[in-house]
Amino acid sequence: MQLDVLIIEAKHAIAAASDLQALDQVRVNYLGKKGSLTAQLKTLGQLSPEERPKAGEVINRAKEIIQADLDARKQQLEQTALANKLSSEKIDVTLSGRSHGAGNLHPVTRVMNRIEDLFSQLGFEIAVGPEIEDDFHNFEALNIPASHPARAMHDTFYIKDNILLRTHTSPVQIRVMRERKPPLRIIAPGRVYRCDSDITHTPMFHQVEGFLVDEHVTFIDLQAILNEFLHKFFERDDLQVRMRPSYFPFTEPSAEADIQCVMCSGKGCRVCKNTGWLEVLGCGMVHPNVFKHVGIDSERYTGFAFGMGVERLAMLRYGVNDLRLFYENDVRFLKQFI
Amino acid sequence: MKFSEAWLRQWVNPSISTTELSAQLTMAGLEVDAIESVAGDFNSIVVGEVLSVKPHPDADKLRVCEVNIGGKENLSIVCGAKNVATGMKVPTALIGAQLPDGLQIKKSKLRGVESHGMLCSAKELGLAEVSDGLLPLPADAENGKDVREVLQLNDVSITLGLTPNRGDCLSVAGVAREVAVRNKLPCKAVEIPTVKATHNEQRQVSIAVANACPRYCGRVIRNINPHAITPLWMQERLRRSGLRSLGPIVDVTNYVLLELGQPMHAFDLDKLSGHIQVRLSKPGESLALLNDETVELLPDTVVIADDRHPIALAGIMGGADTAVGSTTQSIFLESAHFSPAVLAGKARQYGLHTDSSHRFERGVSAELPRQAMERATALIQTIAGGEVGPIVEACEASLLPIREPISLRQARIQRVLGSSLPAKQTEEILLLLGMNVEAVTGGWTVVAPAYRFDITIEEDLIEEIARITGYNNLPVRPLQAPLAMINTPEANINVRRLKQQLTALGYQEAITYSFIDPQLQQLLDPEQPAVALANPLAADMAVMRTNLWPGLIKVLQHNLNRQQNRLMLFECGLRYLSQQPDFNQVMMLSGIVCGATTPPQWGIPNRAFDFYDVKGHLEAVFGLTGNPKDFQFMEGSHPALHPGKTARIVRNECNLGWIGVMHPGVAASLELTQEVIMFELELSGVLQAHIPKYREVSRYPAISRDIAVVVDKQITAQALQDCVFKAAPEHLQNVELFDVYTGEGIDSGRKSVAMGLTLQDLSRTLTDSEVEDVIQRIVGRLQADLGASLRQ
Repeated sequence: MQLDVLIIEAKHAIAAASDLQALDQVRVNYLGKKGSLTAQLKTLGQLSPEERPKAGEVINRAKEIIQADLDARKQQLEQTALANKLSSEKIDVTLSGRSHGAGNLHPVTRVMNRIEDLFSQLGFEIAVGPEIEDDFHNFEALNIPASHPARAMHDTFYIKDNILLRTHTSPVQIRVMRERKPPLRIIAPGRVYRCDSDITHTPMFHQVEGFLVDEHVTFIDLQAILNEFLHKFFERDDLQVRMRPSYFPFTEPSAEADIQCVMCSGKGCRVCKNTGWLEVLGCGMVHPNVFKHVGIDSERYTGFAFGMGVERLAMLRYGVNDLRLFYENDVRFLKQFI
Repeated sequence: MKFSEAWLRQWVNPSISTTELSAQLTMAGLEVDAIESVAGDFNSIVVGEVLSVKPHPDADKLRVCEVNIGGKENLSIVCGAKNVATGMKVPTALIGAQLPDGLQIKKSKLRGVESHGMLCSAKELGLAEVSDGLLPLPADAENGKDVREVLQLNDVSITLGLTPNRGDCLSVAGVAREVAVRNKLPCKAVEIPTVKATHNEQRQVSIAVANACPRYCGRVIRNINPHAITPLWMQERLRRSGLRSLGPIVDVTNYVLLELGQPMHAFDLDKLSGHIQVRLSKPGESLALLNDETVELLPDTVVIADDRHPIALAGIMGGADTAVGSTTQSIFLESAHFSPAVLAGKARQYGLHTDSSHRFERGVSAELPRQAMERATALIQTIAGGEVGPIVEACEASLLPIREPISLRQARIQRVLGSSLPAKQTEEILLLLGMNVEAVTGGWTVVAPAYRFDITIEEDLIEEIARITGYNNLPVRPLQAPLAMINTPEANINVRRLKQQLTALGYQEAITYSFIDPQLQQLLDPEQPAVALANPLAADMAVMRTNLWPGLIKVLQHNLNRQQNRLMLFECGLRYLSQQPDFNQVMMLSGIVCGATTPPQWGIPNRAFDFYDVKGHLEAVFGLTGNPKDFQFMEGSHPALHPGKTARIVRNECNLGWIGVMHPGVAASLELTQEVIMFELELSGVLQAHIPKYREVSRYPAISRDIAVVVDKQITAQALQDCVFKAAPEHLQNVELFDVYTGEGIDSGRKSVAMGLTLQDLSRTLTDSEVEDVIQRIVGRLQADLGASLRQ
């Protein structure tokens, strides 16, 4: 057979091979041991020595051409195969990932953590105390004797005589100051209870108490630390803060801190009852009678204390408009605080 | 404390707006709670004089009135009020007038008669909730004058939320004192002339409890006109202070209470028998009070009594029998000083809280009774006439409250405030506040005025100085304190980290009330008596929780009822047991889980949470300690949990708590249909971790071998694993129990358990024969200890 024809035939066969297996068959047909081209090579022996190199060269050329075509076709087929494989393996990347979903902390915990974090930067330690308290720690030692009118402000849950649910976190002050000596820098977060339930009161809520007792603690230090705290808590450098004289039996002087309403920026709205201000915490210098109760010399040491309502801060920070939501624990509410 | 701004401004009138005044009061520590207009918004209502009243031709209930409004032309107005009468002066709304309710007055015809305006009641002007007829205006009111002007209606009621220390501001006089100090203005106190007695009748007064009542003034007034009515100006002041008019005598005592701060009481003289005593109640005595309640008197109650029986709870409320009424013509007027220390809490013992007790508990100046008596007498005489007797005063001067001198040191001011004023300014502030000030070396000796019961120690004076200076006018200085780091034990797990582990596993933190429904407590923890509240808010909040499950179950139910079916919740909080004295208040970590293991998802087969899922969650938490093997799950039983699916959680032989599936009986009574898994642990038991200590990692290959043994069903996985470890402690790195099979090929009562063993040595590669030897030992041990046979 003419080599030219063979090559053309081979080229057709190669092109016609639709997969790698068919292509390999084409290779065997032409270049295999019993292949057409191999057969041609075998005929070289019949030629004269002069003709042999030239004829050999021609056959080898033909072999190379076919081999090159085979290689090219092979690569082509491999690529097609890969492309087919890849396209068959395509997935919908927009289907949701396999996840068990994450939960999150309760907003009250979230705010307490934030308060704790801010104060621990200043070296405040966390202390806790019992919630079923005695009259001494909750009232007496805090300079609120039995008949004091301030008791009427604390609607107290009683277990029995002298045993009650703490109405504030201030008893932790007493416990810590009786156990330890100044300097003291303490934050006491926790649950407190008042016998009161309506749209703005739940019978249980959370407070964070803080106090600092040392040799040179003053009222303007108290103002400075609370000012700093409120700016950092609300992340607003321009937040207006004001201190107003107030009254707590366990501090003297006493103050309440107001911030410019964060809902209306002080213009006046329902939340701030059109005053432009929101009361956010109570504070003052530890009363000498309190120091007397815990055996700290009030001539040597002075201290300040402050207390804030966690739910109130959470409501202002996150725009929650109903206090009771915190205790319904509806997961559709809770999940918003992730 | 509620009062009218106009009234206050009669005492002291700074040239500042209402808003500024309000801000000033708030910043002085007298917080303004509310400012309300004293009348509705209206205009074009003037004084009209009714000149004639004629019947309406077509309506029985209507009258046609001719009304003069100051001009030449009179108006013809149709009116339906019963009390309309010739000569009466009434508020007259002109055509075009706007009433508070939005009504606009137009010329109209009422049953065919034209009406050129409207005669108004107090209600129509927004002055009262209800009215009975037209509002009569004072006879001397000028016809045609704007009613807003005549009644001074361009006024507001200011309500102060006073703190208990500021009893001295529970009167217009007291607030005026503060405003005067703030604005450095004189305070124009009302003039109180002494009323001359016109007869000599008196009631003898004796005080048996002078510590409670060191001063008692009384006076007899006779022949009071019982038909007199309280003048409109006084009614208006009372109304603007939140009090109703109850007849001239009571109105006057209330008026003096508001004006000066002295509570008073008037008894009907004709109903008294014999002389007046201030004494303690006697056993068995009771008293019918003005509020229609009868109280059994408690032993240490101070009462006012006549010869027969108690006639008033001293300083709290008068008795009904001796109360003044519409026919009263003679009274015995009381103006006394009751000690705050003795009166404190007394009203509350009877469930009472009155304007009087509110003031006496906080302290009323002992110098006021006589002044108040004179003021009230003069007012009663002006309004209702009467013949006045002399004031009888019983007084134990030695028991009157005295203001002790307080030593105020300049250095202490600096020490407490961190700032101080020049001595002269400090002194000025104290003087403005009515203090008696004497300069001494390094400071002052100060005596507070009689009305300031709250000033007893140096710090009280320091607060006054800061208060009048203005808290916000003190210097600003960043906080300074010695730097100190907090002790941070590394081997303690922070609760926050533990909570984060749970939230990462999908748990939602809940916070539930510490007081729960006693029935739910009984259902879930029947063996544990709960601590009960003496005064619960509601029946379902009556006992303190003994574990956290009741609260979490409530949350579960709340959410299940709102189509939230996949729930993983935890709570961290105290539980309370009845053990005295400390009620065993221990911090618990509790959880509740139900629903599908994953949110609905295309790629994960849907199945419900079971015991092992939640156990896995707890193991992940215990993993935080670095010593997960310290924790063991042992078969246990708890009344709230399924008897076959309950584990006691033990750490180093110490009980930490429970995990289990809710008992089907409990679930049924809670109407829960799905399987609910719950756990509860003592938090402190989980928080102790370890500080990591490096151990060498083997560089030689580990060898894995699987074995399957057949054992009795009741042999636990834990027992198998423990046994395997005991057999080959030196080379065994890990045992993984990877299959449990019962069924065909295995005797009933037995199970096949497959375990993967990992063996490794630190210093060399283990040989086949060594491995074989270990396996033999393990199998031998399993056979000997647990009756296991190697599965063929």
